[in-house]
Amino acid sequence: MKEKDFQDNETLELFRKTGSGILMTTIDAVIDWGRSNSVWPLTFATSCCGIEMMATGASRHDFARFGIEVYRASPRQADVIVVAGTIVNKMAPVLKRLYDQMSEPRYVIAMGACAVSGGPFYYNSYHVVRGVDHVIPVDVYIPGCPPRPEALLYGVMQLQRKIKLETITRPEESMIMGRK
Amino acid sequence: MDNDSLKARILEIVPDVQQEENKQYLTLVVPAGRLHDLAGELRNTPDLGFDFLFCLSGVDYGKQLAVVYHLNSTAHKHSIVIKVKTDDRVNPAFDTVCDIWRTAEFHERETYDMFGIRFNNHPDLRRIFLDEEWKGYPLRKDYADEVNIVEF
Repeated sequence: MKEKDFQDNETLELFRKTGSGILMTTIDAVIDWGRSNSVWPLTFATSCCGIEMMATGASRHDFARFGIEVYRASPRQADVIVVAGTIVNKMAPVLKRLYDQMSEPRYVIAMGACAVSGGPFYYNSYHVVRGVDHVIPVDVYIPGCPPRPEALLYGVMQLQRKIKLETITRPEESMIMGRK
Repeated sequence: MDNDSLKARILEIVPDVQQEENKQYLTLVVPAGRLHDLAGELRNTPDLGFDFLFCLSGVDYGKQLAVVYHLNSTAHKHSIVIKVKTDDRVNPAFDTVCDIWRTAEFHERETYDMFGIRFNNHPDLRRIFLDEEWKGYPLRKDYADEVNIVEF
């Protein structure tokens, strides 16, 4: 799937309907259903977005409802890393190592203005990485400073939609950038 | 002790202090040479009893560099601000107070890291946040970084 096709829900659903043969799509559907509803995030937060992420995990918003549930303290057990907060130059190699230690398939959500672009530190800052995509490939960008829990939930659901479009027959066409 | 009697007590120890406007704390500018003596007196005199250094920060005033010490007495519940200033921007140096308040050890390392202010007799004065090979002192007003900092 080309990146430009990832525009709206209709294109995605249409793409899903007009995919490949019955057998493979059925297997894909089962695998993707399992994967997308059991996305384990890494316990990783560098600033105030982390507080919003915790709020999203807590009882009021409870993103366990969407299957993104158990925060793993080890990158080897995690499926997604939610980059919640500013990444400074000193933190960048640590983040890269964490990402490298995650097992595939692995996904990245850039949460908040700092992780997307450097945010308020874009100008006149000597130490901030201008967007986490300089370090690791990002699947979903969530703007906001910090984003509300609803925004994170929406971003998580977007990631789940991306996962649901993966196919085991053509993994090279998968638009999940971090797979290889 | 209220601010007026605090000021009178400190004038007994160091005569040539200057007071600065501050709505919250008594703020006194002390000659750099007398800083360490005064700090010891503030800590050890029983009726002053400043046993808590709750903030130590560097300031770049443009021409001058300064270090600001926020002190508090947990026994007497009074606070004070001490400042020292220097015109030397090439090799600014003050005496360390980390033998008096242990917490100053890390604070002074941070001030050195960001402003390049050295502290004499500090046991371990090296950068704390930035890399060891970092050039320059980023919180100084004349810090220039063409790569990362975009000027308007």
